[in-house]
Amino acid sequence: VGKSKVDDEVLDNLEEVLVTSDVGVETTLKIIGRIEERVARDKYVGTDELDRILREEIAGLLEETHSGEAAEVSLPEVEGPYVVMVVGVNGVGKTTTIGKLAHQFNQQGKKVILGAADTFRAAAIEQLEIWAERVGVPIVKQRMGSDPASVAFDTLSSAVGQQADIVLIDTAGRLHNKVNLMNELTKVRRVMQKVIPGAPHEVLLVLDGSTGQNAFEQARQFTRATEVNSLAVTKLDGTAKGGVVIGISDQFGIPVKYIGVGEGVEDLQVFNKYEFVDSFFKRQS
Amino acid sequence: MHVLRGHGQITEINVAETTKEIRRALLDADVNFKIAKEFTNTVKEKAIGQNVLTTLQPGQLLTKIVKDELTQLMGGEAEGVDLQGSPAVILMSGLQGSGKTTFSGKLANFLKSKKTKNPLLVACDVYRPAAIDQLHVVGDQIGVPVFSDKEVKDPVQLAKAGVAHAKQNGHNVVIIDTAGRLAVDEQMMTEISNIRDAVSPGEILFVVDAMTGQDAVNTAKAFNDVLDFDGVVLTKLDGDTRGGAAISIKSVVDKPIKFIGTGEKMEAIDVFHPSRMADRILGM
Ligand SMILES: Nc1nc2c(ncn2[C@@H]2O[C@H](COP(=O)(O)OP(=O)(O)OP(=O)(O)O)[C@@H](O)[C@H]2O)c(=O)[nH]1
Ligand SMILES: Nc1nc2c(ncn2[C@@H]2O[C@H](COP(=O)(O)OP(=O)(O)OP(=O)(O)O)[C@@H](O)[C@H]2O)c(=O)[nH]1
Ligand SMILES: [K+]
Ligand SMILES: [Mg+2]
Ligand SMILES: [Mg+2]
Repeated sequence: VGKSKVDDEVLDNLEEVLVTSDVGVETTLKIIGRIEERVARDKYVGTDELDRILREEIAGLLEETHSGEAAEVSLPEVEGPYVVMVVGVNGVGKTTTIGKLAHQFNQQGKKVILGAADTFRAAAIEQLEIWAERVGVPIVKQRMGSDPASVAFDTLSSAVGQQADIVLIDTAGRLHNKVNLMNELTKVRRVMQKVIPGAPHEVLLVLDGSTGQNAFEQARQFTRATEVNSLAVTKLDGTAKGGVVIGISDQFGIPVKYIGVGEGVEDLQVFNKYEFVDSFFKRQS
Repeated sequence: MHVLRGHGQITEINVAETTKEIRRALLDADVNFKIAKEFTNTVKEKAIGQNVLTTLQPGQLLTKIVKDELTQLMGGEAEGVDLQGSPAVILMSGLQGSGKTTFSGKLANFLKSKKTKNPLLVACDVYRPAAIDQLHVVGDQIGVPVFSDKEVKDPVQLAKAGVAHAKQNGHNVVIIDTAGRLAVDEQMMTEISNIRDAVSPGEILFVVDAMTGQDAVNTAKAFNDVLDFDGVVLTKLDGDTRGGAAISIKSVVDKPIKFIGTGEKMEAIDVFHPSRMADRILGM
């Protein structure tokens, strides 16, 4: 700020902004390294150009979604229902994200079905039921304590029978270092293929925007267990920036599809990399 | 962490590389950027000029200084919760999904089984879908009654009614579960401060996810500014997060970390051990 030339002080300042946005030391050094290279190559880089370069460099690390930078939630074309399995550690916002997604697809006139495969957490089924009512879409459920794979099976069978367009399967939150629980998730995934070959088409890993570097390990372990192929970052309506997804997207090649910006039914947005990067610089403490 | 080689005295030169590594380790563990910087400077000052004991290499000494400093920072006397008052009132606060409802159950279970108390859980989250049902399921699991009223939409009124209900029914502890809220949500922050004013809790706990990153300082400070809470609960430590948020929070609000959550089950509660936490943060 107030400087015209990119020098060490500007880069130190940039390091602070990136690290305090949870980008992580490694990815921050990677980004700064690239900027240093460009400064060395282009001899003189003004701070006005820095913004543009920074946006370009960070955008380059973020994987493209299939739909590019679509302005709204869209449903990829598949034979039969498009199945999304939603996974993540405890309390990140999986169930809420499903409610919001259901709303958007429903509004587009798509036929949506929810599957309550979190049969473990207290009142998880009731929570998803309330979302289903709120949005006005059907839900397939069993009792608390029943086999989540069986719920997933039922939901997909029902979706085929009713010719649904999209199925959203909720799963119980689990920490990625719990081997048994991760194996259970692999099993839930496998069972779906028996009903619909190719299902789940999408495994959406939900990351809490306030989570720090542990999100890396979450991405690694959930990908290992379920072949995650899209990300959602929640709770970006607070002061947390969610910068850790840059490194995750880069390292694992998974696109960030959605961001959560509140608890209401409308509070889901399609991810926009430039807005995301800009948010890091909005408030510097 | 790499350690310094060589022996003799710790000097400016041989300490520089290592403090850089320490700072990196702290940042990787999610310790806040500014706090990590301050901390490494303190360690550097303490270390320089110290004579290396015969049994310790300079690197080992530095590692020891770091560990001791961290432990001291997070430590202080282990304090329990304030159970004075009839009934004693405990208020939960924190961000969405941090683990308040689960911890309310764990604490009730702990006070019932370990301290022979007769607790009442009070459901004041009127917003999250099925939050009240969730607390009822938790209460049933541990055999602790839950006060709720789905007709009432005002959490302040609910909290007051809950305390009154406890008095009438001979409960000596009341645990109030509240909705998750963001520190930037003024209306919701005012609401929880109104709950506090209405029921004067002897103990206000700030429940925070151990996986939290750099934002931990902002949130802890903002909640403390509004509530002046008494202690911190660090949840989800059964994961593999380093948990540097513990240092950030302790540095910024200087309130004791009283409990940790180590699982989803009602028994998964423990008191906080600063030295174990220091090891964990340093990856030792
Ligand atoms: N402010 C804010 N809160 C959110 C957002 N997404 C979810 N939440 C809240 O976070 C809390 C947890 O959300 P859930 O959807 O229950 O999370 P979950 O991952 O399904 O949790 P478990 O099933 O217990 O693992 C709730 O209070 C939600 O209202 C968001 O984008 N912003
Ligand atoms: N593994 C693990 N999970 C936990 C722990 N504490 C809570 N959880 C889980 O984290 C998720 C969120 O917990 P809740 O108790 O619903 O959190 P909350 O703060 O009440 O959430 P809101 O009311 O939505 O703000 C649930 O899936 C809990 O089972 C813990 O110590 N370890
Ligand atoms: K969280
Ligand atoms: Mg859920
Ligand atoms: Mg709750």
